[in-house]
Amino acid sequence: MTVETLTATQRDDLKTIAAMIIPESAEYKVPGADDRAIQADILATLGRDTGPVRAALDHLARLAGKPLAELDTAQRDQVAKEFRATGGAAAATLVRVVLQCYYRDDRVLRSLGLELRAPFPKGHALEQGDWSLLDPVKARGGRLRRA
Amino acid sequence: MNDPVDVLIIGAGASGAAVAWSLAETKMHILCLEQGGWMNPAEYPSTGRDWEAKFYGDWSTSPNVRGRPEDYPVNDDNSPIKVVNFNAVGGSTVMYTAHWPRLHPSDFKVKTLDGVADDWPIDYDALTPFFEENDRMMGVSGLSGDPLSPLTHPPMPPQPLGLSGPLIGKAMNKLGWHWWPSDTTVATMDYEGRARCINLGHCTPACAQGAKASTDITYWPHAIRAGVEIKTHCRVREILTNEHGMASGVVYYDKDGVEQFQPAEVVIIACNGVGTPRLLLNSVSSRFPNGLANSSGLVGKNLMFHPYAQIYGFVKEPTDSNRAPPTCLWSKEFYDTDLSRGFVRGYGIQFGRGAGPVFEAVASEQKGVLPWGADHHRVFRRLNGHRLAVSAICEDLPEEHNRVTLDPVLKDSHGIPAPKIDYTISENSRTMMDHALARGREILEAAGATDICINNPIPWGGWHLLGTARMGTDPARSVVNEWGRSHDVKNLFIVDGSVFVTSGGVNPTSTIQAIALYIADQMKQRLANLFD
Repeated sequence: MTVETLTATQRDDLKTIAAMIIPESAEYKVPGADDRAIQADILATLGRDTGPVRAALDHLARLAGKPLAELDTAQRDQVAKEFRATGGAAAATLVRVVLQCYYRDDRVLRSLGLELRAPFPKGHALEQGDWSLLDPVKARGGRLRRA
Repeated sequence: MNDPVDVLIIGAGASGAAVAWSLAETKMHILCLEQGGWMNPAEYPSTGRDWEAKFYGDWSTSPNVRGRPEDYPVNDDNSPIKVVNFNAVGGSTVMYTAHWPRLHPSDFKVKTLDGVADDWPIDYDALTPFFEENDRMMGVSGLSGDPLSPLTHPPMPPQPLGLSGPLIGKAMNKLGWHWWPSDTTVATMDYEGRARCINLGHCTPACAQGAKASTDITYWPHAIRAGVEIKTHCRVREILTNEHGMASGVVYYDKDGVEQFQPAEVVIIACNGVGTPRLLLNSVSSRFPNGLANSSGLVGKNLMFHPYAQIYGFVKEPTDSNRAPPTCLWSKEFYDTDLSRGFVRGYGIQFGRGAGPVFEAVASEQKGVLPWGADHHRVFRRLNGHRLAVSAICEDLPEEHNRVTLDPVLKDSHGIPAPKIDYTISENSRTMMDHALARGREILEAAGATDICINNPIPWGGWHLLGTARMGTDPARSVVNEWGRSHDVKNLFIVDGSVFVTSGGVNPTSTIQAIALYIADQMKQRLANLFD
């Protein structure tokens, strides 16, 4: 999949709405979802989501009437609110695509204290926990309903 | 034409694998046709950094979203619960949570006990040896002695409680309600060639470690070594019958899309509660104008899903999130009928340990818990890794209007009519779900959870496909007899969840496989007069 899957205008709107969903944060030392690498990841992996994302961006463009970035903050917020409320499955797909690419970015995962790796083959350690918690259940007992 | 076989099994999933393995000892020529292929664990989602994203695409639980060539579409527009499945050697055991309760003895006697639906023509005791055999074959972990569940003897110890288990256990103890470590088919130690669980956490869309039992790595290697043949990427279109009204074989499309006829002395269907009625309804002839084995008119009717009522929230303490198998505990506190609750029958509860970061972000944004804008980061850090979930598996009673038919327009890639689902959630189920959500809220509040959200029902929760070719002794009120043979076609058997008379309130795969082994055993005992 290449950047040609979306028009330049659509890419600009995607970048703008992504930043509205997740802005950059100095406090948490993370980029916004409009970050160049994250946007590139989104465009490179749109795949089967291309159609719904295009539809969502078309809906967004209709609501905004002009490039989203050209609206003032209040207008943008109003459009975004309406977009999420009326955009249906297409809008949900766009938001999900932004989130799934954002929350696999190395900088973001590092900020969350998560390891930068696939689950396999290392897996995770899991503590046994306190099995004595089961004692009251054992003490209470019970029996199966008779058939 | 292909050489005739003694036994032809359609479908290599949970039940097809079990029946193939069991019948292998007869030394009959057994062939299984499977529309999917062998899966490659090296390509399972948890092997890649994009493991969570795949759940929304190529590894979606929905065949309609996934759209692999091996899948067939399902028109489930007219159902609040969408069908989920997987098509491969191993079937939906490749893609399930490995939660492993059994139906209770009382589940087989609902008419006698509660005056609803019908009793089964078999009872729990008839299945007991096959439950035990199946637990050994699939490799079950758990803790024997649950006072409110049938007695089991898991060959492996239970999954660790981890971080989430004690939070749930304390909450349940505070309320004085039953909970217990779940039996699961997750290997907690090396078992029969399978490596132990290393907590990849992303169990549902296939286990790269091979710790989760799926029949491609449990039953099938044994069955194949015993001589059973399996042909993959072969999709059966219809079952043909001869002038005596017996099944003569099947028409299928091979891996190259070429139409083939496979003659067989015995045909066994193991295609699940949607695939099986679809196949029978597609097998129309002058003798069987309403579909094969359908003199009762019940093929496709009485579809039961188990409506899932889910409630979840977020605690201050860290939970296991994606660092453990998703389910580890169950409760049977509300399993049995108590009419003071306003509904008949009941539900099991399975507890969820949490979710990974992408799933958490997507789900919480959709629920409006995770905001857009500057506060997104703070809220996400409060939610991520802090989720606890309570899911009630509500017993779905059979109703004929809940059904599988053939879609007049939609077809699969071979041009075979696709199944259409018409399903509504009954008032009894709705009341039960509301009860479950109220109890779930109490559990979560006892655990200190906030930001509580519900899924009522879980929309993509149609895992359990049951009841559409029910068993019974009366040919007018059932499709197969008490040992799985079609009332109408004496050499046709059904071994999957279609034969369920009622659904119980638990995940059904353990019971489906026990029934498949039971039917195979019945066939073996009757080989000399199988068609009488």
